Amino acid sequence: MTTANEPYVLNIGPQHPSTHGVFRLRVVMDGERIQDIDMVIGYLHRSMEKLAEERTYTQNIPFTDRTDYLAAMSNNLGYCLAAERLAGVEVPERASYLRVIFAELQRIASHSMGNGTFINDAGAWSTPLMYMFREREKILDLFEMTCGARLTTNYMRIGGVAFDPPNEFYPAVNALIDELPDRIDEYTELLVDNEILLARTRNVGVLSAADAINGSITGPMLRASGVPWDLRKAEPYCSYDRFDFDIPVGHVGDCYDRFMVRLEEMRQSVRIIRQALEDLPSGPHKTEIPLALRPEPGEAYARVEGPRGELGFYVVSDGGPAPYRFHIRAPSLINLSLLRQMAVGASLPDAIVTLGSTDIVVGEIDR
Amino acid sequence: MSAALDPIRVRVRVTSPRLAVTLGIVLVLFGAASIGIAYVVVSGMLDGHWYDFRDLGLGMAHLREWLNEVNAGQPAALSAFLGDQWISYITGALLGATGILTFFGLLLLILVWVERRLIGRIQVRKGPNRVGPFGLLQPVADALKLIQKEVLIPIGADRFMFYLPPVLVFIPGLLVWAVVPWAPNMNYLDTNVGVIYLIAISSTATLAIFMAGWASNNHYALLGAMRTVAMMISYEIPLSLALLMVVLMTGSMQLSTIVQWQVDHHVWLGMLMPLALFTFFFSSTAELNRTPNDIAEAESEIVAGFHTEYSGMKFGLFYAVELGNAVAVGAFVAAFFLGGWSLFGLETWIPPYLIFAAKAFGGYFVLVWLRGTLPRFRLDQLMSFAWKYLIPISLLQVLLVAIEVTAMRYMHFPDFVELSLVGAANLAFTIFIVRAWATFLGYRPEREQVLKPTMAKQMGGLRAAEEMRTR
Repeated sequence: MTTANEPYVLNIGPQHPSTHGVFRLRVVMDGERIQDIDMVIGYLHRSMEKLAEERTYTQNIPFTDRTDYLAAMSNNLGYCLAAERLAGVEVPERASYLRVIFAELQRIASHSMGNGTFINDAGAWSTPLMYMFREREKILDLFEMTCGARLTTNYMRIGGVAFDPPNEFYPAVNALIDELPDRIDEYTELLVDNEILLARTRNVGVLSAADAINGSITGPMLRASGVPWDLRKAEPYCSYDRFDFDIPVGHVGDCYDRFMVRLEEMRQSVRIIRQALEDLPSGPHKTEIPLALRPEPGEAYARVEGPRGELGFYVVSDGGPAPYRFHIRAPSLINLSLLRQMAVGASLPDAIVTLGSTDIVVGEIDR
Repeated sequence: MSAALDPIRVRVRVTSPRLAVTLGIVLVLFGAASIGIAYVVVSGMLDGHWYDFRDLGLGMAHLREWLNEVNAGQPAALSAFLGDQWISYITGALLGATGILTFFGLLLLILVWVERRLIGRIQVRKGPNRVGPFGLLQPVADALKLIQKEVLIPIGADRFMFYLPPVLVFIPGLLVWAVVPWAPNMNYLDTNVGVIYLIAISSTATLAIFMAGWASNNHYALLGAMRTVAMMISYEIPLSLALLMVVLMTGSMQLSTIVQWQVDHHVWLGMLMPLALFTFFFSSTAELNRTPNDIAEAESEIVAGFHTEYSGMKFGLFYAVELGNAVAVGAFVAAFFLGGWSLFGLETWIPPYLIFAAKAFGGYFVLVWLRGTLPRFRLDQLMSFAWKYLIPISLLQVLLVAIEVTAMRYMHFPDFVELSLVGAANLAFTIFIVRAWATFLGYRPEREQVLKPTMAKQMGGLRAAEEMRTR
């Protein structure tokens, strides 16, 4: 008797524990081996870019919270930088520092979440995720203390930040950044020397430096592939040029490198926050701008190094109170685009781990 | 700034005087009861009587003696057909089965709580603490919810085959408890082929699981079922080899004899044969579908594996059996490798079944601990671990144990000397063979090659990347 092997289609998603949102993978499989992947996106499309054309520049800030809801501060920052560049608004020194502090806190929170869910995808029954949630909670408490919101912060303003942090903020953030390096060491102890994790993540989902650059990959994924490229150093914005920090770069470009680069970036963020808190200048935290900002006709593009990669905001003005065109360069979408290349030929568990290591946020992919 | 927004939350522990008084009274009563019981035990008032609570089997033995007297008065025709002691057999079987069923049911109820609570503590959260005191009624609430839920059957599923597996998987989960040796006289089924019975019964669950996966008409379920079958068949072999070592050493397949051997020689088999203990435990995690070997229901990959499509109490049965089997593995590890109901003489004071339960739950705790700590293997890694590492090494170890047993038969040293030599030889062999075999197969510790990220001070593109790599 002969048996015929034929490939079958497995739908991973839209509801699946590992797609981290409403996102679907159509996987053509031969047994456990993946022959082809088709990514279906759009389940979370809210047409933010079009909606933004109907609202004033300030009213658009809350939209940016809701694209990448795990890194609202970074999104706020990117958009405000673009609007300021368009309207020619100067930002006070203190506001720049506060922006750096909050963007870096957000990076730590986002990387905690990214690494935690990544390990979850590798099968560790949410213990590392819960450990990392513990620190993320404290960061979210700081956000709540400062601006009243935890996830969708809406904290940055065109011309500065919305509020000066309250007095209680400083001891709390100091305690946190004293504690964080120990916590990161704890994750390292729990995970990095774990033989099973190494076996699961090393040489899985390898992306070479050339491929990463050709695919326009940015952020920790690009750095894990060995390309030393970080906008905070390559094209400093806010006050990043005044801080002393390192950019971790991986060797192979596999899932393990991505995990390690994120872990190391959390350490570097702590360094940046500590320096920014020490040098935090006094002065106003915001430049007053007209309520209905009407920039001169023109266009502006500003990019920041978000937790997931290069986060770009392209804003066009026709002289009116609302942007004529509003576009977001979403790193999640572009980083996801090479999943097919990384996962085809691998087995299903490898593909899931690779997907976890790209650290996507579906809200940002679909916008 | 209000206190609610204060990020540094101070935990204030309030101890009410009422609680303290209650606790005090409970402690005093407990102490008094302990002293009373200790007096009764020490004075030897219990020894051999039917009311000896240290071994419930004694009461049963007395009951059966009495029933046999009753039996003698029965018509001879009936006895010729059913045997001499049919009344005592039937009564014993019914009573024992009731006992096991009660234990198993209560165990499943409490385990839901225990497991979630333990995992919660491992994961720096509280676990269920809302329903009842300490959340103890959570399993009841879960069960009520599951019973109320509609049972959905996917279109295209084979209805009969779909209904059968939750029941089928329950039967072996229950039957394995029959051979558990709780105390010297507390064995429900003290058969002389206990080990074979155990292996045979536990492997039938594979069939039910495969049936569930196939009948669901779902890709995830099918993948899970295929994985389960592949894994279970692979890990049956090292599991059986580990048990073979136990049988070789003790010379019996009867579980009570195996425990008695450990008692007589004042040693735990786990100490004599660490490799067998590890093999048995690791293979059991594969059989149980628990981390690090839970690939059959790998949540992040194939949702829930073979029981993806089951809802309501049908899912509940799968879930409960899984928990029950975990304790069963703890029980068998205790019986085979950790001295069963013995605890170096303490079993005359403490009821042996309590010692046994403590050991079984200790094994179960290790399983929960592993589940809360380790990531998951990949299917091919797991298979290669079984076929390339566990099975050859176990085979060699079986050979060594056989040689040792033969040597012990011809040499007549004192027990202590013989067993120390055997233990030392097995330990040395384990360390040697694990290293040698891994090196022979070309395994190098992964850790040595791991490169941590390097720090870049200079930004750049592809050329900078190549420079960094060559550096």
